[in-house]
Amino acid sequence: MSLFNVLDVAGSGMSAQSIRLNTTASNLANADSVSSSIDTTYRARHPVFAAQFDSAMRDQSAVPVEVKGIVESDKPLIRQYDPEHPMADEQGYIFKPNVNTVEEMADMMSASRSYQTNVQIADAAKQMLNRTLQLGK
Amino acid sequence: MAISFDRALGIHQHTVGIRTQRAEVLASNIANADTPQYKAQDIDFKQALANAQTRQGFAMASTNERHFNVNLPPTGELKYRVPNQPDTGDGNTVDMQVERNNYLQNALEHQASLTFLGSKFRGLTSAIKGE
Repeated sequence: MSLFNVLDVAGSGMSAQSIRLNTTASNLANADSVSSSIDTTYRARHPVFAAQFDSAMRDQSAVPVEVKGIVESDKPLIRQYDPEHPMADEQGYIFKPNVNTVEEMADMMSASRSYQTNVQIADAAKQMLNRTLQLGK
Repeated sequence: MAISFDRALGIHQHTVGIRTQRAEVLASNIANADTPQYKAQDIDFKQALANAQTRQGFAMASTNERHFNVNLPPTGELKYRVPNQPDTGDGNTVDMQVERNNYLQNALEHQASLTFLGSKFRGLTSAIKGE
């Protein structure tokens, strides 16, 4: 019954989008976490999505999405001169994360919308399955 | 005279299967809407229906556990969608609006096929009972 595969696929999409939402939440939460060295500063995290083609080999039409991993952004950190700051280093600089709040907000909207769409797909598949099961009654 | 289910049920027994498979493909497109390099696919309904009616499809026997399970479903091959935009930046060709509308339409068509199939069955039942 391949309609069950739709539930799998939509479920994989939901889990991928919720991971994306999680990383976005962590980026936004840490957008202002200041530190005194480059190494200890928070860097924006983003999940890497990939189509799960090994399961597509088995059954040619359903391609779930998988999260390959979470990468930290390579963008340069913000180095700010603020000698009054308690976290400032010897030269009087503090380091701020490379989180772009506007980008993260847009990402959050996109992720929640995609999550919503996947829920609707699963719901529609459920209805299709129900109707199939009631066939002949 | 024996009742031939093939003839009694007509085309609708094939369409339900194809709609189901199409739902799977469209759900894959929507799930992978944010996957880089993913290319949106769809089923050629006309060809799939023709294949389903003539039962064209094959499966290969695997004689070793490391063989891939190659089977071509009788519903026909998947085709890649021609994107509306030339490039979205990450090589993904899923247009969410198009896919959602297609999924909705497909679900309704699936329901229609099921309704037809159900009424065929009801007709057969009443014929058997002699009502």
